Amino acid sequence: MVRLSMCASGKYSSRGPALIPRMKTKHRIYYITLFSVVLLGLIATGMFQFWPHSIESTADWGLDRRSVHDAPLIRLPVANPIPERGDLSCRMHTCFDVYRCGYNPKNRIKVYIYPLQRFVDEVGVPISSTGLSREYNDLLSAISDSEFYTDDVTRACLFVPSIDVLNQNSLRIRETAQALAMLPRWDKGMNHLLFNMLPGGPPDYNTALDVPRDRALLAGGGFSTWTYRQGYDVSIPVYSPLSADVELPERQPGPRRYFILSSQTAIHREYRAELERLKEENGEALLLLDKCSNLSQGVASARKRCYKGQVFDYPQILQESSFCVVLRGARLGQATLSDVLQAGCVPVILADSYILPFSEVLDWKRASVVIPEEKLPEMYTILKSIPHRQVEEMQRQARWFWDAYFSSMKAIGMTTLQIINDRIYPYAARTYEQWNNPPLVKWSSVNSPLFLPLIPPRSPGFTAVVLTYDRIESLFRVITEISKVPSLAKLLVVWNNQNKSPPEDSLWPKIAAPLKVVRTKENKLSNRFFPYDEIETEAVLAIDDDIIMLTSDELQFGYEVWREFPDRLVGYPGRLHLWDHEMGKWKYESEWTNEVSMVLTGAAFYHKYFNYLYTYKMPGDIKNWVDAHMNCEDIAMNFLVANITGKAPIKVTPRKKFKCPECTAIDGLSLDQTHMVERSECINKFASVFGTMPLKVVEHRADPVLYKDDFPEKLKSFPNIGSL
Amino acid sequence: MQAKKRYLILFSAGACLILLLYFGGMQTALSRSNNRRDDRSLDGHHGSPQWHHFSGSLQPFSPWDQMETEEYNVHISPRQKRDVISGVYNGKRCRMDSCFDFSLCKTNGFKVYVYPQQKGEKMSESYQNILSSIEASRFYTSDPGQACLFVLSLDTLDRDILSPQYVHNLRTKVQNLHLWNNGKNHLIFNLYSGTWPDYTEDLGFDFGQAMLAKASIGTENFRPNFDVSIPLFGKDHRSAGEERGYLKHNSIPPYRKYMLVFKGKRYLTGIGSDTRNALYHVHNSEDVVLLTTCKHGKDWQKHKDARCDLDNAEYDKHDYREMLHNSTFCLVPRGRRLGSFRFLEALQAACVPVILSNGWEMPFSEIIHWNTAAVIGDERLLLQIPSTVRSIHQDNILSLRQQTQFLWEAYFSSVERIVLTTLEIIHDRVLQHAARSNLMWNSLPGGLYSLPQYSSYLGDFPFHYAKLGESCHDLQIDLKCASKFIHVDGHEFGSPGITTGVYRKVLF
Repeated sequence: MVRLSMCASGKYSSRGPALIPRMKTKHRIYYITLFSVVLLGLIATGMFQFWPHSIESTADWGLDRRSVHDAPLIRLPVANPIPERGDLSCRMHTCFDVYRCGYNPKNRIKVYIYPLQRFVDEVGVPISSTGLSREYNDLLSAISDSEFYTDDVTRACLFVPSIDVLNQNSLRIRETAQALAMLPRWDKGMNHLLFNMLPGGPPDYNTALDVPRDRALLAGGGFSTWTYRQGYDVSIPVYSPLSADVELPERQPGPRRYFILSSQTAIHREYRAELERLKEENGEALLLLDKCSNLSQGVASARKRCYKGQVFDYPQILQESSFCVVLRGARLGQATLSDVLQAGCVPVILADSYILPFSEVLDWKRASVVIPEEKLPEMYTILKSIPHRQVEEMQRQARWFWDAYFSSMKAIGMTTLQIINDRIYPYAARTYEQWNNPPLVKWSSVNSPLFLPLIPPRSPGFTAVVLTYDRIESLFRVITEISKVPSLAKLLVVWNNQNKSPPEDSLWPKIAAPLKVVRTKENKLSNRFFPYDEIETEAVLAIDDDIIMLTSDELQFGYEVWREFPDRLVGYPGRLHLWDHEMGKWKYESEWTNEVSMVLTGAAFYHKYFNYLYTYKMPGDIKNWVDAHMNCEDIAMNFLVANITGKAPIKVTPRKKFKCPECTAIDGLSLDQTHMVERSECINKFASVFGTMPLKVVEHRADPVLYKDDFPEKLKSFPNIGSL
Repeated sequence: MQAKKRYLILFSAGACLILLLYFGGMQTALSRSNNRRDDRSLDGHHGSPQWHHFSGSLQPFSPWDQMETEEYNVHISPRQKRDVISGVYNGKRCRMDSCFDFSLCKTNGFKVYVYPQQKGEKMSESYQNILSSIEASRFYTSDPGQACLFVLSLDTLDRDILSPQYVHNLRTKVQNLHLWNNGKNHLIFNLYSGTWPDYTEDLGFDFGQAMLAKASIGTENFRPNFDVSIPLFGKDHRSAGEERGYLKHNSIPPYRKYMLVFKGKRYLTGIGSDTRNALYHVHNSEDVVLLTTCKHGKDWQKHKDARCDLDNAEYDKHDYREMLHNSTFCLVPRGRRLGSFRFLEALQAACVPVILSNGWEMPFSEIIHWNTAAVIGDERLLLQIPSTVRSIHQDNILSLRQQTQFLWEAYFSSVERIVLTTLEIIHDRVLQHAARSNLMWNSLPGGLYSLPQYSSYLGDFPFHYAKLGESCHDLQIDLKCASKFIHVDGHEFGSPGITTGVYRKVLF
């Protein structure tokens, strides 16, 4: 701006006046016009350029100022049609137009929100006493900020009216229904979603919104099994306004001061009497709170509860109890449920036929106890029978449910949309684990991709994959040795040397099993773990080109063990990782120990799936790191398998090393030590990438049944098991 | 001089113009990038305004005073309300709360009584198997006085009037049972209901307040948490024990010869024919092989359409078994009724079922998450099915396939499994607070092996703790989880030599 004004004013003030009289009028007019146009343009763009924030904020401010009262007023003629009551037999395949949602790669529905209108009847009385409520505004704002939102009505799959029906008490039923029917895309309520938290009204309190609504979907709080259209409606919580006001810090699960707490103020006297009887029987374990009689009405009184003149802060007091009673009132859905979950107190729900919030996806058995109303007198006994650890898990789970699905109108709205989204794209739906596992569990739980306990048949055999560079003599010896193993199905030589061609076909050892050579493009260690198409068996034997000491019995036995445990690494020499207290880090250990947590992949059986995982799903930069350091691919594989299966590898046979005993003398101690340091470094590096230490330690190994038994060798299945 | 000045003016005007263009351009670029950001978050901005965030003094949806003063106590006593419920909600609106008498299960727990068989009453082999499975189960009681659930000895499996298995006069036979009590706490098994041409779900007798364990049940007729949807199984379905699934090993990559197959009749006209008649649209005779034949019934020629001869010829070229075992996905479209044998066949063959049966309440839907073992399609979106199944990632296929095997073996592999699962589901409803969680039902080894009497806590079972990420929670095991701690020169763990010297023998 400064620069611009200098440029502009300079022309006008210093040169301009002196200049103008000397020019011809024609020119003068021409130049003045040119100048003023350019100048105006400059000033205008300058303003835009340098005060963009102020412009935006004015716009925002304007929005802030945008009052509900600015919304257009719509007068409803008395004779306007009223929708039908709502069809109880409606399901997604009968009352929902799925063609509107279409097929899209994101598998996400598009939601349209009608612009706000104020509906009044013919004499000008609004259809709702509250109009747009704070909560509904929050909800709609959340939807419009979300990825579900579209402002293109023609592309929408789901329509959300801006008519607030959260609380039926504030509505004029008939007029609200007429207003719904007036919506431009109403079309018998098809694909319309209504949110209602407080349905019904005195005296009989229906459990679903009484407003006639044709085929509209209802996200309702307080459905009973008779009004809930399973797979069509969505049961939502009753939002507790306290959520926004009060912050309850998460508490460690565990026993609390009280065992059972009842905090609701509007409990039917029959039930209160029963609770009092329970209190008499069990004394201090129960805390039975009620309204404070001496406090004036209003927000303040909503935050206090009393017991015999003793005043407690609500909802803070909920955190002092292990279980909290949530009894039905006139309605089935209770805002108390939300407070209780927030406090990490396990809700004890006594509301027969109540459809719990989001029960379509949430596993309430892990977060609550549901007791039939009839069994209220037995509540104490029932709750006492629940194991402590389960109570703790429920407390954790309850709090997580609140955090994720109850804490705000946004959370409630997004969960509802996600549930509907999952129905429309069921093959891309969120899983049980995604819905129900708290982040901590998600992070630490183990869901092995090979979870079915299969014992593969022996017949397909295994594919031996030999990684080689140029040690041809040793390679040929290995090939000859492996070819003696009965279950060998195929031999795959991975030729990792780009400068040299593999020997001619005629030079290779003649073996019974098919032999294939794969030439690689780069000399990388990870080539040994590539899921080559040539590997047609599930079992892979990874073997180095210098492992000549393994006997055919040892290898066949290893394969037999793998068949029993196809999700594990089955190998020969075992290794261990240890925590070094002095250094405060992990250490690689190859000495004689009682435990193993890794096996070397110089010779190891494993499922081909792990090749796929190693190549495509290895976390972080581990794969590149291994290729760069030309080391530790076996440790990486051990980490990978242990991480996804949660299980240790299986060590077979007594063998502890691959190199022949006499070779060790050649390798100096220093070489040995740098090697150990490098390997330790690998473990520390991988543990940090995985964010945890996935390796599992075991103290056993697998040997043939008659191994070392005093029994004729020739009668043993695997007599030649070798040593060290 | 004048020319010079003119040039100067022209030059400065030009400079200002360039500046103007520059800033103007930047401005539009900026606003465009703003727009783009908007576009991403809103997915398409077409001029009409998005939802305004109204702020300021909006009222809460539920005012404090309303919550406080609502006259809860005026409304009808909850006990009375419960009585009213059982009067109002019966028949098609039955639920456990209104049509089931929990008090019968109070003293003796969940016991099942089977009526003694009447002489001369014909009974199908399948029903015989059902009854003997119940009699062999841990729930069985021979004393009706102890029973909480009653099962008829009258064969109700086939209620198709045209079927030879149809039992006549069921209405009077049932009414004459002295324990009938209008069907309260009774469980009725059914596989086929209704008949040509409309195949309604009517059983042809009044079953009062009895629960149904029924195949091919539609969501409109299904009474949630009251009825149990069971799979359609054939006469030769194994009677007891467990028949293994056909999956022997996990193949990588998980694709089989075919992507999606189907082989079956199409009905040309009438209920359930639309989807099957349209299958040829997605058939590509390479990896999506959907074969239909018009030959069915005596007078199929009457309704024959232009495609029939072609379809029939191709139909005979392929073997159903070969297709079943070599396909990644198997189409399970509805037949005349909603369920079909094909469902269990696909499940056992580890061929992931692709369900095209709108309104079918999936078998044991109360406890099984079918999304983990099947693809639930929509008949209306038949043409999307190929692209849908192709979009499923191979890791998911691997897991879907294993889950078919788990579910097959755990709940479907024999009549006994189906019956026990049905009983356990009802058992869980009766016990309610000690019911199994969904995780127990949907992960190995399944609900039949996770008895809630042992514990309702998942971590107490050897199967589930890993899924909860539990193994390291216990402090005592903690040392092991984090592996052993060593003290290279410390003395806490015995002689330091153990880790450093004496046993140092093995290298790398």
